[in-house]
Amino acid sequence: MIKKEEVKHIASLAHLGLTQKELDSMQKNFSSILDYIETLKEADISGVEKAFSERELKNVVREDIQKETPEDKRKKLIDMFPETKNNYLKTKKVL
Amino acid sequence: MDLLNLTIKKIHQGLVNKKFSCLELTKAYLDKIEKEDKNINSFLSVYRDRAIAKSKKVDEKISKGEKISLLEGVPISIKDIILVEGMKCTGGSKILENYIAPYNATCINKLEKEGVIILGKNNLDEFAMGSSTENSGFGPTKNPIDLSRVPGGSSGGSTAAVVANFSVFSLGSDTGGSIRQPASFCGIVGLKPTYGRVSRYGLMAYSSSLDQIGPITKTVEDSRIVFNVIKGKDILDSTSVDKKDSDYSCSSKIKDLVIGVPKEYFIEGVDPGVVNLVKKAIKKYEDMGAKIKEISLPHTKYAIPAYYIISASEASANLARYDGARYGFSKGDNLKDLYLKSRGEGFGKEVRRRIMLGTYALSSGYYDAYYLRAQKVRMLIEKDFKKAFEKVDVIMSPTCPTPAFKLGEKTQDSVQMYLSDIFTVSVNLAGLCGISVPCGSIEVDSIKLPVGLQLIGKPFEENRIMDIAEIMEK
Repeated sequence: MIKKEEVKHIASLAHLGLTQKELDSMQKNFSSILDYIETLKEADISGVEKAFSERELKNVVREDIQKETPEDKRKKLIDMFPETKNNYLKTKKVL
Repeated sequence: MDLLNLTIKKIHQGLVNKKFSCLELTKAYLDKIEKEDKNINSFLSVYRDRAIAKSKKVDEKISKGEKISLLEGVPISIKDIILVEGMKCTGGSKILENYIAPYNATCINKLEKEGVIILGKNNLDEFAMGSSTENSGFGPTKNPIDLSRVPGGSSGGSTAAVVANFSVFSLGSDTGGSIRQPASFCGIVGLKPTYGRVSRYGLMAYSSSLDQIGPITKTVEDSRIVFNVIKGKDILDSTSVDKKDSDYSCSSKIKDLVIGVPKEYFIEGVDPGVVNLVKKAIKKYEDMGAKIKEISLPHTKYAIPAYYIISASEASANLARYDGARYGFSKGDNLKDLYLKSRGEGFGKEVRRRIMLGTYALSSGYYDAYYLRAQKVRMLIEKDFKKAFEKVDVIMSPTCPTPAFKLGEKTQDSVQMYLSDIFTVSVNLAGLCGISVPCGSIEVDSIKLPVGLQLIGKPFEENRIMDIAEIMEK
């Protein structure tokens, strides 16, 4: 079974605040999922060179041009911010 | 006239010939939702006034003798993970409980241009993560055929709404089976187009290399109409592709058709009733002259674990945007606290679990063992199908190993829940198209539970698998 310390570490990497009870149940549940996923180790991947599909996917680029957002669209986006100041997104102090 | 069980073409004829007005039609659906959805919970929001206003405009057009398009005035619903400007879009998550979409998804723009009437938004598993719609932050949806059972998921609200006649069709999204599996559980038609066929712009991202939007309809004919409107290259989604339908006329006659049946899809653990109905359906094609060929997809058993690693890894990155700062549920005093509390309390259990799994699989020291290995296995699965399609035109299988299961039956056992998608995930991993069509039902406790036949096609052969699927309806 995965160690509780490890579960805590992953939760912190993922920025998920979990209660002690949630950590306990996550440890149990997570372990059974990991056990199941272990079956992948049986697959013989020795002949596979590329890890990504050869389907017709390629990088798509465009000119880096600034476009004006219509005022009503802008307002709709800003209305969804949890906190604003002078029509800007307000966040908690970083430093 | 029963206004609630009509196909798109029948509605169009009815409107044009003035057998009923668009207002009558729209009201009939809205009233039905109001009366009956309390027990089913297939809608998270309904926009009555907006729908009625739109329907009046369609009636005006008709009364002036103006031409209307085939989809004009058709009342529909949309999975609540696709943005419709001005409507709430929750993704089935408490973290977005009050989020109002600031713009339209491309597929919505296309449908609205045709004049559809969007009645409201359908329930789903939170951020499309689930196979039963029990992971919704707003309560589960029940299967209208048997209220003690799940409608499937994650597009369970959409399939329940369509089979309950709350809307003519719905759009869903399919990452590992989320359109086809609930379509199978509700006895309707669900199409997962080829990756890149339909623009994902305006679809909340879960697993970007697997997600695809598709129609959930009562008939294959309706599926074709909707698909051909929403497909196509979109400048706003760089993974969408400009591709004409492949020319399949050479073997569109059933006599020339070769159907592949994968032996790995008829294994122990699949409900014998399901096997029986699917075999019968395949026999029907054989009787009409199609050739049946047993094929092997040897890496099938690795599909689910590979899928969970890849989709969870992508989800852990995609869902980083829900940080409490930019939109949605926000709680906390300082920056770290804001992240931990907003995400810890805003996300539901399954979403947290998958973010954890993805973070683990991508974390230092585990990347090669999990993520890279899963990607390589994905290549093997893609190769399996490529090889099979050298010999066959279409692959047929059950959509799901069982009919709809009971609410609560699999909620305690994640792996059992995941296995519900065993026949559908490979199609996403390999970038193919697939459709589920009803092929009969199994009687359990004197209720007939529907079973779906899955048809898997080569990339960009949606119209071909729909042609073949349509034969099943006759």
